[in-house]
Amino acid sequence: MTAKTETLRDAARKTGGGSDIRPFQVSFPEADLTDLRRRIKATRWPEQETVADFSQGVQLALTRKVAQYWATDYDWRKVEAKLNSYPNFLTEIDGLDIHFMHIRSKHENALPLIVTHGWPGSPIEQLKIIDPLTNPTAHGGSASDAFHVVIPSMAGYGFSGKPTTPGWDPARMARAWVELMKRLGYNRFAAQGGDWGGFVTNLMAQQAPPELIGIHVNFSGAAPPDVAKALQSGGPPPAGLSAEEQRAYDQMAFLYQHVPTQIMMAAHPQTLYGLADSPVALAAWMIDHDVASYGHIVKLFVDGEPYGDLTRDDILDNITLSWLTNTGVSSARLYVEYKGAFFNDYKISVPAAVSVFPEEVYQAPRSWTERSYRNLIHFNELPKGGHFAAWEQPQLFVNELRVGFKSLR
Amino acid sequence: MTAKTETMTDVAREAGTSPGIRRFQMNIPEAELVELRRRIKATRWPEKEVVADDTQGVQLATIQKLASYWGSEYDWRKVEARLKALPHFITEIDGLDIHFIHVKSKEKDALPLIVTHGWPGSIIEQLKIIEPLTNPTAHGGSAADAFDVVIPSMPGYGFSGKPTTNGWSPERIARAWATLMERLGYQRYVAQGGDWGAVIVDTMGVQAPPGLLGIHTNMAGAIPAELNAAAFAGAEPPPGLDEEEKRSFEHVSFFYKHGLGYALEMGNRPQTLYGIEDSPVGLAAWIIDHDIWTYRQIARVFDGGTEGFTRDDILDNITLYWLTKTGVSSARLYWEYHGAFFAPKGVKIPVVVSAFPEEICPIPRKWAEQAYPKLAYYKRHPAGAHFAAFEQPQALVDDSRAGFRSLR
Repeated sequence: MTAKTETLRDAARKTGGGSDIRPFQVSFPEADLTDLRRRIKATRWPEQETVADFSQGVQLALTRKVAQYWATDYDWRKVEAKLNSYPNFLTEIDGLDIHFMHIRSKHENALPLIVTHGWPGSPIEQLKIIDPLTNPTAHGGSASDAFHVVIPSMAGYGFSGKPTTPGWDPARMARAWVELMKRLGYNRFAAQGGDWGGFVTNLMAQQAPPELIGIHVNFSGAAPPDVAKALQSGGPPPAGLSAEEQRAYDQMAFLYQHVPTQIMMAAHPQTLYGLADSPVALAAWMIDHDVASYGHIVKLFVDGEPYGDLTRDDILDNITLSWLTNTGVSSARLYVEYKGAFFNDYKISVPAAVSVFPEEVYQAPRSWTERSYRNLIHFNELPKGGHFAAWEQPQLFVNELRVGFKSLR
Repeated sequence: MTAKTETMTDVAREAGTSPGIRRFQMNIPEAELVELRRRIKATRWPEKEVVADDTQGVQLATIQKLASYWGSEYDWRKVEARLKALPHFITEIDGLDIHFIHVKSKEKDALPLIVTHGWPGSIIEQLKIIEPLTNPTAHGGSAADAFDVVIPSMPGYGFSGKPTTNGWSPERIARAWATLMERLGYQRYVAQGGDWGAVIVDTMGVQAPPGLLGIHTNMAGAIPAELNAAAFAGAEPPPGLDEEEKRSFEHVSFFYKHGLGYALEMGNRPQTLYGIEDSPVGLAAWIIDHDIWTYRQIARVFDGGTEGFTRDDILDNITLYWLTKTGVSSARLYWEYHGAFFAPKGVKIPVVVSAFPEEICPIPRKWAEQAYPKLAYYKRHPAGAHFAAFEQPQALVDDSRAGFRSLR
């Protein structure tokens, strides 16, 4: 990858940033794309799984469909142009180059918002929400719904630098994001996240910097301590759960038994050399995230059935970004960096808005959410959407942010 | 790979077998070796791990040394010649082609022995023990120590067929091995194994087919069930353990806590592992990350150190996986099994236990006695880890000889 970067005081001023913010453009050489297609076509395949379902992992019929489209019709340059149609920057924070997109609204009272992706995500997940958030009057909203949007790549992801020493955990990223927002001149901002972005956002709220006025998460991780403890020990659920809580408990218990990919990344991310060397290996690893999204991706690629607003190109844009930046292993390291629990009572006092999507890996009950977020300003259970909400249901997602943060403006 | 197989009554007779057993000869085209080297040299690498030790998995420096040797000096044809010097056969059992090496001793009272490898092992693990077992008088033993040796490739491994439907569990493999020994005309025999091979010999011990006199395991399923559960849950060692038991408990606890990732992935998502089929380095790293003690031996070997196995040994085994395209098919065995690896399974027939100090769980004699009511022989060795036949062949052969002596 080559990245055109330049230190330009004008460019920095233009975005309201300090002088150590450099404009950045995405520009991969054609040779990288040629090599990618060559590798896909040269894939050495295993045989088909020995079952007729997903129980052994990413099915051969799907990976073959993905590979076929990826090596022929798929065109990376389209999303590259889309990425470059927004202002991209790099700035060094805490010793590491952090990439971010920064799109200011034309509305002067817009609320600054930092949006954090997760694994296996990237800023590509957020592309569909940029225009509705920054330019609401053109997208069914009013001027008072406007946001200034900052979308960083997490450390080790996308165009951000890859840490060479341990310690870049979600808490450190949260501190870096606050520094980033302050560097951009924002002294009053909100934060949003799902997946790892949810952890970064929750931890930022726990750190409670004075500039952070509120958060929105679409993956809260909220669970009372007795529930979190029972899950970790594999024990029976605590007594007295409501039907809704029991359902959430069962979903979380299922998850604890069905995240081998995440456990592998938390144990030995460096062993995953196949992710750096084999495009199909990387694609399969990234597609194997959760049962619901996997099911949709199969229908999308194999049966041509729609998956919300997600297209085949969207899925491959995200995977190709990981391939071209060679971040399969560096992104996996986040799992080894995080030492906390995946479900927790976060005891957050900063105002929080929570959206619960029905195909998320678990549906956090309102009771647990109220307990984890002591100042819950918005809670909504959506009629559709899953783990990659901003990507799959951008309109619902944008509406959640507009409604959720209204009281904080 | 193409495999020349033929049904020849003469061949069958020559090996003391029945019809339905075909001679097998491996034939790896040069183009496959050229392609392997090309892929190794074209490897796209990640950056170095962000720690100065092996806590994040296979270190970049180690795998790059392995790849550098593999892509240049390493010569598959050497081990191929050793393999071809042995009699290979294929026979269909329970709908699947099973490959095996069958070497009969010249001693007439030799005891038939079926030896089962594990993951990430293969028949290559057992090459060093064939001669001492079948020809003991040339290797420090007496004629009374002789074995007729049968070394199968497990389903989905090496030169055996790959199941296309589910169900090839260790229980089914154990039954297939009894069928194989029967088909070879052996009415009295013993079985040996480590890793999955240990699970299979334990299972054979439970099934106790007629003719099976006893088993020899170098990864005994003998951790008391409640201790095994406590170790798995990450609990502190319970009170009342002696020093040796405590060390063993801590050893396996470390593995459960830090080393189980690959096994969970293969147990739940073998089909997601496209990288071990498409990338030689992806496969090699996955294989050498088996357990931390073996990994450290391998790392020392590629750093120029001397261990029980050589760079060639390690790469012979990995190259066999690559050439037979068995990365994913071998991983499926983890998906097929729902039982315990290290807890007792209820073996009532005589058992020989070899305990190596750097095995995932070095089993104390006390636990072996509890797990196996007919413990025929137990030996704790001063050195050695998980791949005993590969790394400590003499010790393993000594135990097979001494352990089975009373059963002949």
